[in-house]
Amino acid sequence: MARTGAAPRRERERSGGRAAANDSGVQRELSPLELDRLIHERLRLGIVSALAANEWLSFNDLKRMLDTTDGNLSVHARKLEEANYITCRKSFEGRYPRTEYRLTAAGRAALERYLDHMEALIRAARDR
Amino acid sequence: MATPRRHIATSEGEPIALRDRAIDNIRFIRETMERAASFTAVPGWGGVAIGCTALVAAALAAAQTDPVRWLVIWLAEAVLSLGIAAWAIRRKAQAANLPVLSGAGNKFLRSFLPPMLVGALLSLVFVRAGEMALLPGTWLLLYGTAVVTAGAFSVGVVPVMGACFMATGAVALFCPPEWGDALMAFGFGGLHILFGLIIARRYGG
Repeated sequence: MARTGAAPRRERERSGGRAAANDSGVQRELSPLELDRLIHERLRLGIVSALAANEWLSFNDLKRMLDTTDGNLSVHARKLEEANYITCRKSFEGRYPRTEYRLTAAGRAALERYLDHMEALIRAARDR
Repeated sequence: MATPRRHIATSEGEPIALRDRAIDNIRFIRETMERAASFTAVPGWGGVAIGCTALVAAALAAAQTDPVRWLVIWLAEAVLSLGIAAWAIRRKAQAANLPVLSGAGNKFLRSFLPPMLVGALLSLVFVRAGEMALLPGTWLLLYGTAVVTAGAFSVGVVPVMGACFMATGAVALFCPPEWGDALMAFGFGGLHILFGLIIARRYGG
């Protein structure tokens, strides 16, 4: 199973700064059944799934739901953010910064494509 | 279909592994969505509505001189609140396309109900013993306990709300009985409205 770092092209772009527009352009090139490595990774799939069920989720709520660490979550959330799959808004709650995430239309479409892909795999194995 | 077919053609053992992984991935997505949705399925506006009815009930109950009528008003309020809560949870779950009694919903109920049953039983004992003055504290305390325990499966503000109810209940148990209605207005009214608004703002509805 593909793990972190399965999308080298995107990650290289990431180091060059924000590349959301490029990434969504890159996304178009995927054929419907090609595996979307970006959300195939478990934690990123978890983030996208959790956000598919909620309009906005804060960093801390996501961390509790997915049972992960600050570092892990922020790294993977940033990857999704740079691919324009999720967006974030930052605010202050008293003195504490509060980051909230939301799934974009592109992110929802990516999750649906991924689900279709998984269903196709299951069907293909059954038809054989 | 090109991609899966190609994978399947590569070896004998692979189709099963691929299929199992695909099933596992779909299950992971479903479970995560379910957990995430039930995490925020606490109804914010429902809480506000319950709070408003509780304020009305407290005003009505405080005006009663007959303890039986006082009790009937609060029992009616309890039934009304349960109805509002059930309706609001259902609505929010449906909006998220979730089964209401999913695994997470069951867990929530299993931790919510025991303290509530204890509360009902103790209420019965206190009413029979003529100790009506103990009811407000008992109700606040045990409702708070139920919210704290069930809140473990929800967003962080829910257990905090439960703890506030428990504190209010503890105060009520050691206060003059005349404070009972005011403390219940504060708890069942004020706390529900306050936390309901927080939940509605942060978690939509």
